[in-house]
Amino acid sequence: MAEITADQTVITTADGVPLKTRLAQAERRKKIAAFALVLPLLAFILITFIVPILDMTFRSVDNPVVAATLPRTLAALETWETGKIPDEPIFAILAEEMVAGAKARTIGKVATRLNYEIPGSRSTITKTARKLKRIKQGPYKEAFLKIDKRWGDPDLWARLKQIGSPYTLSYYLAAVDMRYDAEGSIVSQPEDRQIYVPLFWRTLWVSMLITVLCLVLAYPIAYLMATLPTGISNLLMIMVLLPFWTSLLVRTTSWIVLLQTEGVLNDIAVWTGLIGDENRLQMIYNMTGTVIAMVHILLPFMVLPLFSVMKTISPSYVRAARSLGATPPRAFWTVYFPQSVPGIGAGSLLVFILAIGYYITPALVGGRTGQLISNFIAFHMQKSLNWGLAAALGGILLLGVLALYWLYNRLVGIDNMKLG
Amino acid sequence: MKRLTKYTSLTAALAAAGLLTATPVLAQKALTIVSWGGAYTKSQLEAYHKPYTAKTGIKINSADYNGGLAEVRAQVEAGNVTWDAVDLELSDVVLGCDEGLLETIDPAILPPAPDGTPAAKDFVSGALHECAVGTIVWSTVYAYDTTKYPGKKPATMADFFNTKAFPGKRGMRKGPKPNLEFALIGDGVPVDKVYETLSTPEGVDRAFAALDRIKDEVIWWEAGAQPPQMLADGEVAMTTAYNGRLFNAIFTEKKPFEIVWDGQVWDLDLWGIPRGSKNLKQTLDFVKFSTDTQRLADQAKWISYGPVRKSSLPLVASDMQPHMPTYTENFKNALQNNFEWWADHQDEMNERFAAWLAK
Repeated sequence: MAEITADQTVITTADGVPLKTRLAQAERRKKIAAFALVLPLLAFILITFIVPILDMTFRSVDNPVVAATLPRTLAALETWETGKIPDEPIFAILAEEMVAGAKARTIGKVATRLNYEIPGSRSTITKTARKLKRIKQGPYKEAFLKIDKRWGDPDLWARLKQIGSPYTLSYYLAAVDMRYDAEGSIVSQPEDRQIYVPLFWRTLWVSMLITVLCLVLAYPIAYLMATLPTGISNLLMIMVLLPFWTSLLVRTTSWIVLLQTEGVLNDIAVWTGLIGDENRLQMIYNMTGTVIAMVHILLPFMVLPLFSVMKTISPSYVRAARSLGATPPRAFWTVYFPQSVPGIGAGSLLVFILAIGYYITPALVGGRTGQLISNFIAFHMQKSLNWGLAAALGGILLLGVLALYWLYNRLVGIDNMKLG
Repeated sequence: MKRLTKYTSLTAALAAAGLLTATPVLAQKALTIVSWGGAYTKSQLEAYHKPYTAKTGIKINSADYNGGLAEVRAQVEAGNVTWDAVDLELSDVVLGCDEGLLETIDPAILPPAPDGTPAAKDFVSGALHECAVGTIVWSTVYAYDTTKYPGKKPATMADFFNTKAFPGKRGMRKGPKPNLEFALIGDGVPVDKVYETLSTPEGVDRAFAALDRIKDEVIWWEAGAQPPQMLADGEVAMTTAYNGRLFNAIFTEKKPFEIVWDGQVWDLDLWGIPRGSKNLKQTLDFVKFSTDTQRLADQAKWISYGPVRKSSLPLVASDMQPHMPTYTENFKNALQNNFEWWADHQDEMNERFAAWLAK
C-alpha cells in the first residue's frame, strides 16, 4: 500500500491557506464572540458573588492585627521562656509599641482580639495603653504591674504570642465550640459556652423537616394544578402565587397574629370549648412557630418546580397503565411518581438551601428555641463585629451545603433536576 | 433601642448610600445623619435637623439603621464613608472607638451652658466620649398591663421576678444585656453592687439562677417595637422595654400600661462620626449645634428620653418631666449601664446566654 504524505492531503482554500487552519480560526472567532457575550454576566458574578465570598472566607483565617501592631514584642517573645513573667526589656518594647498603637488607634483592635481568647482582658490592654502615655521612662515592668496585675500572669503573655501569628484557626475552632488553651493545644469550650455545634445540627434538622413538610403539602397541590381543567388550575396558581408576592414581613407578622396565645386560633379553640382559657397553646415564639411560618413562606418554591415537571407528564401513561390492569395507587406509584422525581429533587434542593440560610423569620417568631445558625452569623456581623467568627460560621455552612449538594448529586444525579 | 426590623433599615441604608453616590455634587451641601427611625428620628428631625437647615441652609438627609457598627465598619474599611453622623449606643461607641472606626471629637469645641458652665461639666458622666458626644439618656424599664393586676400592683424589680405573687407571662430582651443586671437587682443586689457582683463567677451564676426561675414564663423579644405590642396583645402581662416606646404606647395610643422605674438600667445615645467622613468640618458643626442646651431640651418635647446636659433639664416642659428616666422620682433606684464591663465580657456573656437559652 502506497503511503500518502501529509502534503498531498492538505486541502487549501482559494487563497492558499489550509482549510483546517481557516476552520480553526473561524471556530476561535466564534468562541471569542460567545465568550464576549457571557463576559458581562461572568464579571457580574465574579464581582458580586465570587469575590465577596472569597474575601469573607479569607477573613475567617486572617489575623493581621497583633502581628502588625506589636511586631517587635512578638519577636522578643520568641526567646521568652513560657510560664514565666517576661523581663524588663520585653516590657519596655511592649510599652513603646502600645503607645504607638494608641496613637495610631490600632491598640483597641489588639484588645478586642485578645478578649476573644481571654474574656475580660480587653480593658487590661486599653487601660494600660491609656496610662502608659503618661509614663516617660522605666522600669516598665513595675509600671505595667501597677496598672493591672494581670500582666503578671504568664498565660496572658502566652496568649499574646499565640494570637501574634498572621493566620489563625481559632475562629473555626470557636465555630465548632473548641478553642486553644494557653499551651496551644485544642480543647473544648466550657460546657456553658457551647452553642454552635448544637445550632448547626438544629439548623440541619429543621431545614430537613421543613423540606419534607413542604413536599408533603406541595405534592397534592401541584398534582391538582397539573391535572385539573385550566380554569380551576389557574385559580389555584393564583392562590399559590399571591402569598409569594406578599412581603415576607407581612406574612410572618400574620402568623404571629394567628398563632399567639391571645391570637385567632387560640381564641377559636377556647370559644368552641376545645381547650380551657387557662390552657392556651403556645404555638409561636418557639420551634413550632418557626417551622409553621417557614413552611408557609417556602411552599411556593416547592409547588412551582413540581408543577412545571408534572405539567409535562402525559396523562396517557397513567391511562395506559390502568388499561393494562394496574390499580390506581399502583399506576400512580410505578408510572406517575418516578416521572415527577426531577421536580421533587429541584423543589427539595431549593427549599432546603433557602431554609438553611433563613434568618428573618426565626428571628421574629423563633423565640427561645427557634433560633438557627444564620441568626448568629447576623449577630456577629452586625452586633459583636466579630467578622472572623461570622466568616467561619458561614464557611462551615457553605461547606455543609456543598457536601449535601455532592451527596444529592451522587444519589439522585443533578441532571435529573428540573426547575421548569 | 428603637429597633426597626432588620431589612427595612438595610433598605434605608442602601437607599441612602445610593442617593449619595448618585449625587456627588450635592455631597458638600448635604449631611447624611443616621438614626433609629420612628418616633425617635422624628424628635431629632424637629429638634435638630430642621433648625439646623434653617440656620445654615445645609440640607440634611435622614437615614434609618438598626444599630450595630456593621455598616460603619464596611464604609470605613472600603474607604467610602457616606454616613456623616450616626446615633450610636454607648457600647457601640466604645467598640467603634477601639476599632478605630470613629473620628475623635474634642469636647472643647462644644458650646458651654447658658450660665457659662463648660461643656465638660455640663454633660452627665460618660456622655462625653473620646469619639462621641451624648444626646439623650434612655433606659430599659419594665411595664405591666394594669388590667391584669387589679389588686396589688408590681412596684419593684423583685416583683418582676416574682411569678407567684404576680402570675403571668413576662417579656424580656433576647440577650444578656441588661437582663443580668435586672436579675441581680430583682434578687436583692443593691444597684451600686451589681457590676461588682457580676465580675465574680458566682455573681454571674447567681444572675442566671435568678433568670432560671422565670425562664418558662418568659417570651423573648428582639426589636424595640415588639414589647409594647406583646403587652397590648395580652401575650405577656409584664415586659421589659425601652421607656420611650412605652411612653408612646401609654400616652399616644392610650394603652393601660404602667411603667415601673425601680431598678431601671439607663444608657446613653451619642453622635459618632465614621472615620474618614467627607464632610468632617460640617458634621462637627452639626454635632456642636445639636448638642447645645436648647436643642437637647427641645428634643424632649417630642420623646420621653432625657437630655444629657444638666442645664437642659429645667428647660424641659414640666408635663414631660415625670416621664424622663432622669426625673428625681424615677431615678431613685437606677443603674447606669457599665459599658466597660460589657466591652470586656460581652462575647463570653452572649455565648453563655445563648447556651442557657437553648437548654
